[in-house]
This record gives sequence, C-alpha cells and structure tokens, in this order.
Amino acid sequence: MSLLTKEYSRVKYISGPLIIVNYIPELCYGSIVEISNKTGEIRHGQVLEVSEEYAVIQVFEHTLGLDIEKTFISLLENEATLGVTKDLVGRILSGSGKPIDGFGEIIPDIYLPISGQVMNPTSRERPSDFIQTGISTIDGFNTLVRGQKLPIFSGAGLPADEIASQIVKQAKVLGEDPHFLVVFAGMGITQREANFFINYFEESGSLNKVVTLLNLASDPTIERILTPRCALTIAEYLAFHLNYHVLVILTDITNYCQALREVGAAREEIPGRRGYPGYMYTDLATIYERAGRIKEKDGSVTLIPILTMPDDDVTHPIADLTGYITEGQIVLSRKLYRNGIYPPIDVLPSLSRLMNNGIGKGKTREDHRQLVNQLYSCYAEGCEIRKLVAIVGEEALNDSDRRYLKFAQAFEEKMINQRDTNREIGETLKLCWKLLSIIPKSELTRINKDLISRYFVEIMEDGVESPFL
Amino acid sequence: MNNEKHGTIIKVSGHMVVAKDMQDSKMYDMVEVGNLRLLGEIIRLDKDKAYIQVYDDTTGLSSGELVYPTFNPLIVELGPGLLGNIFDGVQRPLEKIELMSKNFISRGIKMNALSREKKWYFIPNVISGDMVEPGDVLGEIKEKKNIIHKVLVPVDTYGKVAKAEEGEYTLEEEVVFLEDGTKIKMYQKWPVKIPRRVKEKLGFGRPFVTGQRVFDCLFPVAEGGSASIPGGFGTGKTVTEQTLAKYSEADIIVYIGCGERGNEITDVLHEFPELSDPKGEGILMDRTILIVNTSNMPVAAREASIYTGVTIAEYYRDMGYKVALMADSISRWAEALREISSRLEEMPGEEGYPTYLSTRLSNFFERSGRVSCLGSKERIGSLTIVGAVSPPGGDFSEPVTQSAMRVSGAFWALDSSLASRRHFPAINWHRSYTLYFPLLRDWLNSRINPDWEKNREKVVMILQKEAQLQEVVQLVGPDNLQDEERLVLEISKMVRDDFLAQNAMDSIDATTSLEKQFAMLDNLLFFYEECKKVIQEGVSIQEILDLPLREDLSRQKSIPEEEFVEKTHFLKKEIIDKLDKIQKYSKVTI
Repeated sequence: MSLLTKEYSRVKYISGPLIIVNYIPELCYGSIVEISNKTGEIRHGQVLEVSEEYAVIQVFEHTLGLDIEKTFISLLENEATLGVTKDLVGRILSGSGKPIDGFGEIIPDIYLPISGQVMNPTSRERPSDFIQTGISTIDGFNTLVRGQKLPIFSGAGLPADEIASQIVKQAKVLGEDPHFLVVFAGMGITQREANFFINYFEESGSLNKVVTLLNLASDPTIERILTPRCALTIAEYLAFHLNYHVLVILTDITNYCQALREVGAAREEIPGRRGYPGYMYTDLATIYERAGRIKEKDGSVTLIPILTMPDDDVTHPIADLTGYITEGQIVLSRKLYRNGIYPPIDVLPSLSRLMNNGIGKGKTREDHRQLVNQLYSCYAEGCEIRKLVAIVGEEALNDSDRRYLKFAQAFEEKMINQRDTNREIGETLKLCWKLLSIIPKSELTRINKDLISRYFVEIMEDGVESPFL
Repeated sequence: MNNEKHGTIIKVSGHMVVAKDMQDSKMYDMVEVGNLRLLGEIIRLDKDKAYIQVYDDTTGLSSGELVYPTFNPLIVELGPGLLGNIFDGVQRPLEKIELMSKNFISRGIKMNALSREKKWYFIPNVISGDMVEPGDVLGEIKEKKNIIHKVLVPVDTYGKVAKAEEGEYTLEEEVVFLEDGTKIKMYQKWPVKIPRRVKEKLGFGRPFVTGQRVFDCLFPVAEGGSASIPGGFGTGKTVTEQTLAKYSEADIIVYIGCGERGNEITDVLHEFPELSDPKGEGILMDRTILIVNTSNMPVAAREASIYTGVTIAEYYRDMGYKVALMADSISRWAEALREISSRLEEMPGEEGYPTYLSTRLSNFFERSGRVSCLGSKERIGSLTIVGAVSPPGGDFSEPVTQSAMRVSGAFWALDSSLASRRHFPAINWHRSYTLYFPLLRDWLNSRINPDWEKNREKVVMILQKEAQLQEVVQLVGPDNLQDEERLVLEISKMVRDDFLAQNAMDSIDATTSLEKQFAMLDNLLFFYEECKKVIQEGVSIQEILDLPLREDLSRQKSIPEEEFVEKTHFLKKEIIDKLDKIQKYSKVTI
C-alpha cells in the first residue's frame, strides 16, 4: 500500500459480505478498497453504493474477524483493474488474477479495467471461421465458429468437463497454423475438477498455452464475481492487443450466478425468478458479450461457458438467460449418457446460431447445411416414432416408420457415439450420407436433387441396401 | 468557477444517481452527470432532489460531483441522414463513435445524431405566398437512391412562405422562411415519449405482405397493425424478425436491436448492404435504420431505444411512407423497466415487473397505425409494429407475453419443438392467431383469388383434424386408422413441411408472392380432394403414397416465381392423370 493513502476507521455496520462505512471522500462508485483489521490481515472490497453520508462496500473475502472499531479502509484504485501480460500464459492464478503457483509475481505490461468496455457493434467482425473440434455433433450439427459464445448445458454428473477438455485438445481451424491460446477460469469448482483440468492440460502438453484462473469451492464466494471478468480481460488483451485466437472456458456459470444471488440477497434487493436478481440477464451479458471478433484485428475471443442445469431443467433462469444471450447451446442428455453413448450431446435441443456463417462452399462443403437439416428432421421424426412405439408397440408401425426408427438408432450409435476419437469434418459428412441411405430417397425433400445425385452416389450405388438396415 | 446551473450528486447506486439542488428541473428532463458529463434522465423528483437514470456506466462517479440540467426531455433529431445509419438507444451515431473512440465505446461521448457538415440538395415544393400548416411538404431531398425525404412543416407552425430556394444546404442552414420571420431547417426535433401528431387514425384495409407463407396465409397482419412473436431461446425470433425486415412490403424499415446480441447486429450490417432491395434497385440498407442497444450496453439506454426507434418510424410515416418497425426484443425492454423500477424501490407487480408495464407496452404498440398525415393535402402513411418477446423458459403465461398478447392484433407463437426439428419459421399453428383476417378478407378475395378465404379455412381444418387424429394415433398406432384418415395425416404433413415451413436461407424459398402462395396451397388442397375421391373409389392410400406426385408437390417451393403459373397448371393436370391411372388399374385388378 502506498504511504500516501489515507486510512479510515469509519465502519458502522457489517453484515454478510457487506460493510457500510461513514462518508469517505475518496470513494466513488465501483472503487476498490483495501480493508485491514488489527491482526494486519488484508482483504479487498468494492464500493457498491456511495452517498454523502455512507458507502456500501462488498468484501471479496469472508468478513470473519472484522469488527466495527479496528477495521481500516483505504482506497486502492478507482476502478477494479488487472495487470496483464503475455507472461500470464502457462501460469495458474487465483480467482482475482494473482499468481498462486509459487513462481513469483508477474510484471504487467498494462493495467486494464476488468469490467471491460462495450464493443461497438459496428466494429464487430462477423464470426465465420469454422473451428473443427473433432466432435461430429458439434462440427456437423452445431458448428462452432471463431468469436462465438457457445455454452455447454450440462447436468450434475454429466461429462461436460471431459467434453470441454476434448475441445481444447482437438480444436483447430482448417488449413491454418494456430496462433491459439486458452484461458480457463474455474468458478467455485471442486479441487477434483480443478485437478482434472490441470492434469489434462499437463498430459496433453498444452499447459504452456493455458492461463488458468481458479476460484475453488472453498475460496470466497464473492471473488467468483471477479473471476470471469479477470479471465476475459486477459483474453481480450491476448486477442486484441497481441492477436492471438483465444478460447475461454468458464466453468461453472451456475456457481457464479449463485454468488450473484448471494450478493443480491445481502443487499436486500427485490429478487427475481427463483431468488436470482432481476439484473442477472444484463450481468451475464456483460460477460458473454465480450466474446467476438473485431474488424481489422487478427485475434478473436471464443467463449465456451459450462453450466450445470439444476435438476436438468433447461427453463431454470441460469440456463434460460444464458440461452437468450449466447449464440446457441450444446445440451447434454442424461438419457444418452445412461445408454452408454459418449459424448452424450443431444442434437435436437442444441443449436449453433452462427453455424450458417461457418459452413458451406469454401468452408466445409456445399451440401453441409441441407444435409444436416435433413438429418435433423429425420432424427426428430425417429424420436417421435420411438415415443409412439413405447405405447403401441413396434408391430403397429409401417415400413417407412420402421426405417425412421432404425435411423434414429443408427444415428445415436454411429454418429453421436464416437467416444474420444477425433473426426475430420469430411468423415462426419460422409457418415451423414451413409445414415441417410436408411431413408427412402424420395423422402429426402430438404436436399436439392443435384446434391443428392452428386454426393449420395459417392457413398451408395443405386439399388444397394443401406449398410445400417 | 462554473456559472452553469447545476445540482450536486448525493448518492450513486448502479445506474441510479440522486442529486440535490435540482428544483428547476422537470420530470423526464435530460441531465449531464458528473465530471464525465454522462447523459441521464430524471425519473423522480422529491423536493429539490432528482432521481436520475444514467445512460452510461457510472463507475467512478462520486457524491459531490455536479449535475448539469438541460431542461429538455429526451429528443431525437429527425431529418435527412437517418436512412442507412446505425444509432444507439439515445440516437448517438455508432459509426461516427467508432471513428472517435475506436472499437470500444468510451463513456460520456456526445455527438449530433445527424451530420452537420453534409450538404443536401433541397428542392422546394412551395413558392412565396403559399400558406402552409403543420405537416405540409415544404420540399424534397433525395436522401437515398430511391427514397425522397420530405421536409415537413413542424407542428405549431403556420404562415405564409416568404422565401424558399432550391440549392445545397447543410442541416443548420434555414431553407424556408415564413413571412412572420419563422425560419425552417431541414431537420426537426421531437421528444421521444410523445407520439407524433396525425390528422386521423384510419381503419385497416390491406395486409402487410411479409412473403412468409405461414403469416400471409394463416395469420396475416394488417398494414398499420401490430404483431408479437413470442418464443423461447433458439426458436428463431431474430431470424424471423430479420426475414420480415428483408422481404416484407414496406418502404422504410426501422430495426431495433434492444438488449440482444452484438453479433446479430453484425449479421444485419453484413447482410443488408449486400442484399439488393427486392423492391427495386439499390440495397436494402438504404431504406433501413438500425437502433442498437446490445445486452451489455447500459440498461437505461435500452429503455430509451424503443422510443427512439418508434419516433423515427413515425417521422417517415408522416411523409406518407409504409414503415415497418421490428423490435427485438420487447422483453429486454421490459426487463430494463424492471431494473430501473427496482432501483427506485417501487412496489413490484407480477414477477417483479412494475405495475405500469402493460400501460407502457400498450402505449408503444398503439403508436402503430394507418394514418392520415398532418398537412393540408391528403397523405396516408402507415406504421406496422412487429415485436419479438422472449418469455423466460418459453412460458407464455408470464406478464410481458400476456401484455403483448392483449395489445397486438396478431400473435405468432414460436414453438421449441418445431424449432428442434428445424421446422422454420417455427410458428405453432394451433397457438397463433390473428384478429385482422376479417378486415383483410375482402382485399385478399378480390385482389388475389376469390378462393383465398375458402382455402384458408380448409387448411386450418386439416391441421385441426390432424391434431385430433394424432391423439388417436398415440393410442392405437397409425395402422389402425382408416385410409381417409391416414390421408389427412399425409396431407397435413405436406402442408407443414412443404407449405408452412420456409427456408429463409434459400434464394427462391425465402420469400413467396401472394399469388404463388395461393397456387401452392391450392395445388395441395386439390391433391387432397382428388385423393379423397379415389380413396372412396377403393384405391389404397399406399398406392397414392407411392406416386412421385408427392415429391413434385413438395418441390413447388423451389420453382421460381416467373415459371410458376405455367408449372402449377401442369401439376394439376399431372395429379388428375396419375390418380386416374391408378384408379383404373385398381379397378382392373379387382
């Protein structure tokens, strides 16, 4: 702390993570303060409200051991900032961006406000570079592109972490030498999850490409509110100052939202749905919207937040608001997982809104869009019929229905269930055509006749029965 | 010291600032807050204290900083230069801001909405001695290649023209002088929360043609009417709004991106300038105005963006244009209201929304209409509003959807199960409705085809019947249905997949003229009727399904408009021929 900084002992009220102090002239809305008590322990906090009589401070750590008399407040900075540098790559940081791996302090190139600035919509570049993740259900059906924000909607016990790490390992842009870095931020995750990721990065040799921020379940809750912002500040620096393509993984958004709710409740705000604050949409947007590309800059920030849907409920406010902000979602299914299918990605509720920008002629292949539409429609039909079979039995079906049922089965077993193989996009599309051979050609109305004759023949000769029948 | 009149901040909490010594200010006045002079609006007065919502991030503000009143409410500038432009919620030009503050928007930027340097060529419509009244056209400016901007007499201005000269002017130069000394410029200002005046609101008489079959055919909205599109995430609200903006029959499009994604705006900015205008030469962007307040931009400006957009739309309506306003999404606007209201510690209504939510919402939707514009000469303009609604969890019983439902005349319900099977536009034909059809019936029957209404009824009936039959199928399986009932299922599947679903990405299918819509549907229904006949004669449904006719009918959508008339005719003949054949064949085998 600078010697010039004035210390005040004006605390008048402490409750939960909040301290209320009498008027301190230097404080302004959003400033960061240092809080010390008689044992000399230093904590940090942020000003949530100032008035001419008092200021409300939210303490990032716990308030255990703070008292009214001997607690001192001093202004640290007017706005929360983070020192960033290229040297952060390969380091492990705390949830508020300080090194905790024992390799010493870093020397920042520049200090940036962690809340970031709003990207001018007219400066945004349209995300359109196809990222191949090697997972068919993503590449083929819910294509990820550079600069997109595509969350994984998981449930407790589903392998979202494994899928995310697989994406980190396999992701590449076709025909390009990747100038590629990862920022990984764990919010309220368990030590086990943290170890999983760190071990995975080490084993796959990618640790020297990853910035890791960890706010563990045992760390202060309020720090969680800073973690994604710090992660994105680092990502933005790497992307827009140093021209890297940065993939940001945020896990678990559910913990973040719960921290937000905790603060809201402590401030006695009027709660919205399920007790979450009414401004949660805006708050999440200030995180998610930081993904993107900027015109005339080489770098990009691609964001994959992971969230656990409480009780697998996609209408829960956390999943719901996320889905409204992000550009699609990858939804994991417990049913598929139980049937031993991995990765258990349910393509029907999944969606990538930017898919059309990243696929097609010159990017993947000209038949990609129509082909996938056809598969979607056939798989949905197959699933409908499956429901029907549960009631009336398979005997009541006609031949066409039976084919759709077979198709759905084959789709899950061959297409979705790829285990941890890394599939090229060409392979995925080839498999798509193969699967379509189950369905009578005349019912493939979502694909142009030209495309059918061009690509179908490659796979199947006329009149030959499908290998999956 | 500063001589400007000012108040002093006594409290800062999020976007809400409280200032004292503000006794001269009025409700909804704009103020400049703090050393950065952030823009804000007064939303409550309490003795000398003013509660201000700030349109920028308030980080760094402190009590003791000053507040400068402007004594004016939030106004927009209306004049040439709006078209093709992109503004934020309080009409700051985003492209110019980009030049000034690079890729990220810095706080406290103030800028004129319309360029003061650009010169416009003004051609007067009046000569000295003419009497003019509010709304009269004083002259014309070629704003874009195909769009004439009309300079109107501002409200409360009457008089005799003294001078009006053709020539190049900037916006700050006067172009018309009245004898009483009034000088009129090419632009005017208007407070956004007050609807612009009209002579009279007229009734509805013709449809707002969207080019989308499910809307035009089943749930049409009248020109000057309003529609709401509710749908959970991923059901295609934004794509639907953008498709409407691209293909609907409107002269001017105002597109409000209210609390939505930045990349969606990028999409619009990327596509619109490339899309040639379906209405003639030029590009679509030339008749579009974008108001953008993305989800991460300040909430208070999001609340304002809807009003900014609708005021600009009304201005072009007053020139006699057909204007369509797309608001995406009304829910984000309502959430902004809720956020502000909770900071004011108002008593919340349903789900925390303020109790005045539905009043505000109806005020907004009611600014639509087909009107007789102000002015001595008769001029008709219209403003059609289509608002997207994002109900949490896709639950339509929530307050915003319910309020929007009550005030909008057409309700286009999006359905996530349709979306997940990639049936787009994912409009649920059972839940959607329109109140405009009775008003449009005559127009459609007389202008397009006398059978329009009859066909519409038929198709509604088929879809209804399908729903009933599906319930039966759920119990006994499809094989236990009569052939005639199976036919209904097959036909309704064709109606759904080949008529109601429409591919916005396909160059031919993206938009369909009313004539082609009618013919497509007519063919499908004709096929149905003919099949019914042969089934009664004893032909089995399987024989019909094996015919290639079904595929031909389903590919109707990819036939270009020019070739359509000829081909549909041919198709009907095919239907008769082919069905005749199997009927004869089956009789022989019997």
